[in-house]
Amino acid sequence: MKVKTMELANGEGNAQTEKRTKGIAEYLKSHLREYGLLFALIAVMVFFQIVTDGTLLRAVNITNLLLQNSYIIIMALGMLIVIVSGNIDLSVGSVMGFIGALAAVMIVNYDQSVLVTIVTCLIVGGIIGAAQGYWIAYWKIPSFIVTLAGMLVFRGLSLWLLEGQSVGPFPKEFQIIATGYVPDIFPAGIGAFFAEIFDARRINSLAIFTGLVTALLTVWLALRQRAQNKAYGIEDEPAGFFWARTLIVAAALIFIMFKLSQFRGLPNVLITMGVLTVIYAFITETTTIGRRVYALGGNQKAAKLSGIKTERLTFLAFTNMGVLAAAAGLVFAARLNTATPKAGFALELDVIAAVFIGGASMSGGVGTIIGAVVGAFLMGVLNNGMSIMGIGIDYQQMIKGLVLLAAVIFDVYNKNKQG
Amino acid sequence: MTAILEMRRITKTFPGVKALDNVNLHVEEGEIHAICGENGAGKSTLMKVLSGVYPTGTYEGEIVYQGETAQFSDIRDTEDRGIIIIHQELALVPQLSIAENIFLGNERAKRGVIDWRLTNRRTEELLAKVGLVEPPTTKVDSIGVGKQQLVEIAKALSKDVKLLILDEPTAALQENDSRKLLDLMLELKAQGVTCIIISHKLNEVRYVADRVTIIRDGMTVQTLDAGEGFSEDEIVRHMVGRDMTHRFPEHKRTPGDLLLEVKNWNVWHPEHADRKVIKNTGFKVRAGEVVGIAGLMGSGRTELAMSIFGRSYGRNISGEVELHGKPIDVSTVDRAIAAGLSYVTEDRKTLGLVLDESIRFNTTLSNLNEVSSGGILNRNEETKVAEKYREALAIRTPSVFQKTVNLSGGNQQKVVLAKWLFTQPEVLILDEPTRGIDVGAKYEIYTIINDLASQGKGVVMISSEMPELLGMCDRIYVMNEGELVGELSAAEANQERIMSLIVSE
Repeated sequence: MKVKTMELANGEGNAQTEKRTKGIAEYLKSHLREYGLLFALIAVMVFFQIVTDGTLLRAVNITNLLLQNSYIIIMALGMLIVIVSGNIDLSVGSVMGFIGALAAVMIVNYDQSVLVTIVTCLIVGGIIGAAQGYWIAYWKIPSFIVTLAGMLVFRGLSLWLLEGQSVGPFPKEFQIIATGYVPDIFPAGIGAFFAEIFDARRINSLAIFTGLVTALLTVWLALRQRAQNKAYGIEDEPAGFFWARTLIVAAALIFIMFKLSQFRGLPNVLITMGVLTVIYAFITETTTIGRRVYALGGNQKAAKLSGIKTERLTFLAFTNMGVLAAAAGLVFAARLNTATPKAGFALELDVIAAVFIGGASMSGGVGTIIGAVVGAFLMGVLNNGMSIMGIGIDYQQMIKGLVLLAAVIFDVYNKNKQG
Repeated sequence: MTAILEMRRITKTFPGVKALDNVNLHVEEGEIHAICGENGAGKSTLMKVLSGVYPTGTYEGEIVYQGETAQFSDIRDTEDRGIIIIHQELALVPQLSIAENIFLGNERAKRGVIDWRLTNRRTEELLAKVGLVEPPTTKVDSIGVGKQQLVEIAKALSKDVKLLILDEPTAALQENDSRKLLDLMLELKAQGVTCIIISHKLNEVRYVADRVTIIRDGMTVQTLDAGEGFSEDEIVRHMVGRDMTHRFPEHKRTPGDLLLEVKNWNVWHPEHADRKVIKNTGFKVRAGEVVGIAGLMGSGRTELAMSIFGRSYGRNISGEVELHGKPIDVSTVDRAIAAGLSYVTEDRKTLGLVLDESIRFNTTLSNLNEVSSGGILNRNEETKVAEKYREALAIRTPSVFQKTVNLSGGNQQKVVLAKWLFTQPEVLILDEPTRGIDVGAKYEIYTIINDLASQGKGVVMISSEMPELLGMCDRIYVMNEGELVGELSAAEANQERIMSLIVSE
């Protein structure tokens, strides 16, 4: 179909259509948020690396950092979707604690097998999410209220389930969820060879190779994306920026893997986290369901009138959140090797903070998985760095609060300037 | 006469865009001065400069107000000087009463304690001035848009207004409400208030204005006297930069077989269970036909359309919808779409578009299955689709990756149309398809509608602008209080006939 347009419409002189060659400064200004987050993470890491005399980036500490934040990141993936859909989930900390308690009771008190326990826990998490999602999606009760109620209910349920006691320890095969490492599949000779080169005590070659492969993959994907954008004439990132950004990310991957290889190799949790992150990034960016979630959060009425089943999507977002909270609960319990009634207390706030620091908008429709993960890492590095420095929990809380506020102010400021 | 306002060589640039380029505006004391121009011409920006939204220093040029060079720092500043702007989107708090709204931020209070008796008495005086008969304690959300407009004007009068700026005040109003508002403007003029009115509706401009300034592409084109010899064609010519002989594109239609039939349609109000909104009514659309639905606001036109389209409005809905003589399932929006219906909402910003997302995102939103396989989107395909519709509908934008919030009203409307065309509908219901968009874009929308009809699609057009219905439709239904009370063919329809059907009830 081709409509003959009236020639009178302003064919020329439309300043907006003029293709502008953006200067680097201008480009930076319009993409301040993405770069800002990356810069902030790097700056914070450099700062702590210096003030902790290099403790931050020691192999053992990097491993710790990943383990400590794994459950936050796992939940942040689900929370990002919930927040993009225009909702919030305050119950995840409690649900996480409850699932940990359930796992402990099943394994320790009732001698269930690890596999049965894990599957049951994930299903129960899904049911919890679905139960909350049902009221939110189909009864239009604000998610803040429903999940606030859920937060209290599941906190109480964990107390009841554990009878106020800590339950543990777990068998070895459960602990490896959180504290296990992927065995080095390469012959020991290769590891020894690397150890010789880098003058290290030992080297896990699997970690090294994983680092190289993921780094190459990152560069390749970035190049492909850039080529596609160029084909459509929408690429405006200056080449210098592109390479700096891509190479920093690739170098960081290799660096982290190299560090890990000098300790005990790849933690199981890192693999879980990495795979989940890739899956959820894919879902949000390139599937119809992801697209519809953004539409739902961006304009619920328009989405509904476009034939999108908004209720079902909201329901699914919370069900998914329940499953991820359960997964996080298992990791957390396995890491502590015990389930305590206090587990997961106030953790929902860390998760929500990570998502907002990562650039999501409270009103929905805006946010990325990668942003949420980087946001979680930023918080994690702050926690870890301040702990190494021996800063008291009082100051830690204040500083984290101010970082969250600063990130959101930065967002709003940017948005105002553009608008 | 002396000039109350003189804006000289106003230039305002946004990053990359020159919104105003040496604009001059000269307004005499006590006149009604109209500003005309296409959407995006810079009218609203000019008014934002004048009202202090963009303070002195953020633009170039000079404003002389009441004989002295003005340095406005914000809206408060201009309001103190008697310049008050009433925006297109009303700035009232729906949950508060008329009196509370009028004195919001300007409360009749002693040491923070509001004197309600004084407030209400003053409100009554002000309401009498604007000809609104409502108790001051009425909540604003319980009165119609037309009356809300009057409340805004009363609010302006409460602040001792000298220069009143109305930004498209009648865009959302019915004919009779518009007329009342325009008469009120003339009355205010008689009391010595100077008015600036921004409007797309040239008959209104002719009715109230003393002089007209036309702005095009951020520049002043000309200022004309609106008295003798005022011609709408001349203004349109200046607005678009060339002659426009026809407001509606030529069309020749030969409607085919019966396409859509709605029978015995009943809808009840979603909240007031005892109120019937649509009363056992029905209509027919033939293939290749453009059918109009005329009626006052609140007559149930939008409710009828939305209740058919996936029960998006009302409850206890009953009746049959048939396409090609066979009943179709329209119980949810996705089923209605699958059956071949489309509904272009009356309010494109809140109901039509995801504003923060791109043209591409919005174009494919209702038919993602077409650009995906196994739930995974093919973004290249999406881009192709968006590009296709951008070209076909002449959506003016640097790229389909542009956020829709940055587009002008006409282009936004085209994106909404693109979204629905991509679902390959057989029948399109268009609710106020040209509201708030400029003459040129209107013409293009009309062309698109004609094109759809010539492809054999059925088009239902709901509109408050009678000339538009008369110029476009093959048949016109007249709606009143939830019923289709009359049906006129293009040959027999005229404004008087339609109005008399509306009022005869």
